Amino acid sequence: MRITFPHMGNICIPLRSLFENMGLEVISPPVCTKRTLELGVAHSPEFACLPLKINIGNFIEALEKGADTIIMAGGIGPCRFGYYGEVQKEILKDLGFDFEMIILEPPQGHFFKLLQKIKLITNHNTIKDIVSAVRIAWKKALLLDKLDLESSKIRPIEKIRGQTDKIYRDILLRINDINDKDEIDDLETIISDTLYDIPTNGQTPLKIGIVGEIYTVLEPFVNLNIEKQLGELGVEVSRNIYITDWVQENLLPSLLKPDKHKDILRLAQPYIKCFVGGHGQETVAQIINFANKGFDGVIHLLPFTCMPEIVAKSAIPRVSQKHSIPVMTVILDEHSAETGFKTRLEAFIDMIYHKKEVGDFAKMHSGN
Amino acid sequence: MKIGIPRALFYYQYYPFWKTFFESLDQKIVLSSPTNKDLLKKGLELCVDDACLPVKIFHGHVANLIGKVDTIFIPRIISIEPKEYICPKFLGLPDMIKNSIPDLPDIIDVDLNLYKSKIMFFRHFIKLGEILNKNKKQILIAFNKAQRVQQRFEYQLIKEKIVPQDILSETYKISQNEIFSYNPSKLKVLLLGHHYNIYDDFISMNLIMKLRKKNVTFITSEMVTNKIIVEGTKNLSKDMFWTLGKKAIGTAYYYLERKKVDGIIHVASFGCGPDSLVGEILEKRTRRDFHIPFLFLNLDEHSGEAGFNTRLEAFLDVLEGRKYFEDNIPTYG
Repeated sequence: MRITFPHMGNICIPLRSLFENMGLEVISPPVCTKRTLELGVAHSPEFACLPLKINIGNFIEALEKGADTIIMAGGIGPCRFGYYGEVQKEILKDLGFDFEMIILEPPQGHFFKLLQKIKLITNHNTIKDIVSAVRIAWKKALLLDKLDLESSKIRPIEKIRGQTDKIYRDILLRINDINDKDEIDDLETIISDTLYDIPTNGQTPLKIGIVGEIYTVLEPFVNLNIEKQLGELGVEVSRNIYITDWVQENLLPSLLKPDKHKDILRLAQPYIKCFVGGHGQETVAQIINFANKGFDGVIHLLPFTCMPEIVAKSAIPRVSQKHSIPVMTVILDEHSAETGFKTRLEAFIDMIYHKKEVGDFAKMHSGN
Repeated sequence: MKIGIPRALFYYQYYPFWKTFFESLDQKIVLSSPTNKDLLKKGLELCVDDACLPVKIFHGHVANLIGKVDTIFIPRIISIEPKEYICPKFLGLPDMIKNSIPDLPDIIDVDLNLYKSKIMFFRHFIKLGEILNKNKKQILIAFNKAQRVQQRFEYQLIKEKIVPQDILSETYKISQNEIFSYNPSKLKVLLLGHHYNIYDDFISMNLIMKLRKKNVTFITSEMVTNKIIVEGTKNLSKDMFWTLGKKAIGTAYYYLERKKVDGIIHVASFGCGPDSLVGEILEKRTRRDFHIPFLFLNLDEHSGEAGFNTRLEAFLDVLEGRKYFEDNIPTYG
C-alpha cells in the first residue's frame, strides 16, 4: 500500500511523518506547479471550486509516481468540501487509474465504520505506536506554525532581502527529516535563535491580517505566495488560521474545542447570525478581531464561487465601515496571475499608508 | 399586519403553506411582482456580485416589497430534511439581505432547521405565531389548516404532473391551439434543477411553456414521490447532504435505470456550488452507464433567449432523431 494525500500548505510534512511512523510507504504528490493546475483544471467540473481542481492535479501526479491509496477528508456539508472525495473518485475512475480511496468522514453515527477505516490505514500497529506517531506529527505541526508565525515577523524588517526565506527553507527541510522527539524539542529553540539572528532595519512594519477560506489562506501556490509578497513589501502578516488551529477546531469533538474559538465567533453575531458552512462566520469574526487588535488592514481570500465566503463578503462593507479597518477581497481561481495580484497588493498598502497619514478613515474608502 | 413574501426561492415550494398559515392568523399577505427586468436590475445593484442569479433576483424581490408592507418574511431555511442542508447562501440569506439592502422594514427571520428532527417544522411555525402575538390554540388551528393545504398542493403536483405555477398563478394557462401538434413520437424528458430556477419563467426563459408548446412531456423532481427519490439515491456511495441535489439525483437515477426517458435537461445557475458537483456526477454516470443525451443549461443574468432557444431546439431534434431510428430499425445491413 503506497499512500498519498492532497497538498495544503506544509501539511504534507506532519502527514508524511505520521504515516511513515506507522510503517506505511508514503508517496507525497510533487509540489504544486503549473502542470498540477493544468491537469486539475482539465479534468474537473468547470464550476467546481479551485481546491478540488488542485487536489485532482495532486492525485494524478501522485498516482503517476506509483501511489495506489489516496487518503482524503470528508465532511457533512453544507460546504462543497464534504463531497469532494466522491466526485474526485468518479473523475479518477473515468481517467482509468487503479487506486483505493479512503475518505475519513467525521463520525456521525457511523463510529464503527470510521474505526474500520482507521484500522485499515494503521496497518495493525499497536496503540502505543500510533500514539507516538501522532505525537511526533503533532509536534511537527506545532513547529511549522511557529516557523510561519515568527518568520512573518522578521521578513518585513530584514536588512538583506531573502535572508529569512533562505533560513525558512532550511528549517523546513530539517523539520521534514528529523524523527526523534528530543531533536524536535531542540529545533524549537533553534528556530527562534536563527530567526532572531537575522539583522533587521529596526522599523515598525505595517500589520495586515489574512482571513478567508482555509485552503486559499494556507496554500502558497494558490494565494500566489501572499505572505512572502507582503513581507517583501515591508508588511507583517498574521493569518487567522494555522494548521494546528484547524486540527483542533475540526477533528476534536466540540467538548474539547478551545473556548477562544467560540468567543471570537461571537463577534460575528451582528453581521452573520449563524454558521454558514466552511469559514464564512470565522472570516467576519476574525476581521473584527484583527481590527480590535489594532491591525492596519485585512486581506480576505476566497476561491471563485466559494459559497460560505460569498455570504461573508456581503457583510464586509458594513464591518469595514463600522470598525474602520480597510479590507480587500481577493478572489482566486485558475486565471489569477502574480503581476496583477502584486499591483493590487501595492495599491492596497499605499492606501493604508495614506490613511495612516491622513488619519481620517471617513475620507478614504474601504478596499473594496 | 401586512406581511410581504418575496416571489422567489422557496416561494415555489412553501407558498401554499405560508399563505394559509398567515391568513388564518388574520394577516394580510403581499407578494412581490413576478420577476421582471427591472426587478433583476435592482437585485444586481444591491446584491454582492459573486452570488448566483436566484439570490440576486431575491434581493430584487425584497427591494420590490419595501414601502408596501409592514414586515418581510425571510425565513432562515437551514435544513428541510434531517441531516441535509440547502446551501450556505440560504443559511446566511437574512444576513445577506440585511447587510446589502438599506432602509429595510422589519424582517421575520425565524430559523427553519430540521437538521436534527422533523418536529422542528412544527416548532418553527409556533415561533412564527408567537412573533405575531397569537396564542397556542390559534397557531395550532392555523398550522393544521396550512398543512392540509400544503399536502394537497404537493399531492396535486405528483398526481396531475403539473408545475407549481399551474396552481399558484391564475393566468398560467396554455390554450390547446397554441400547442405545436406535430410531434408524433411524444418525447419524454427529465427536467432537473432547483425549483426556484425552472419554475421562475423569467429565470428559465419560459422553459416550461416552451416544452409544453412542443408537446414534450417532462418530469421534474416535484412530480415524483419521496419513495422514488429514496429508491433512486440508494446506490450513492455517500448520502448527499444537499436536499435539492439529492432530489435531482434520485429522480434521475430512478428514471434512467428504468429506461423511461429520452433525455435529460439540467438547469443550473452560474456559480451554483452544489450543482457544480451534482451536475458532474449526473453527467458522468449518464454518459458512462446509460447513453442518454444530456443538456446542461447554465443561466446567469447575461443569458440570451435566442441562443437558449437554439440549444433547446437542437437538443429536442436530437432526441426526436434517436427515437425515429429506434422505432425504425433498418432492414438492411
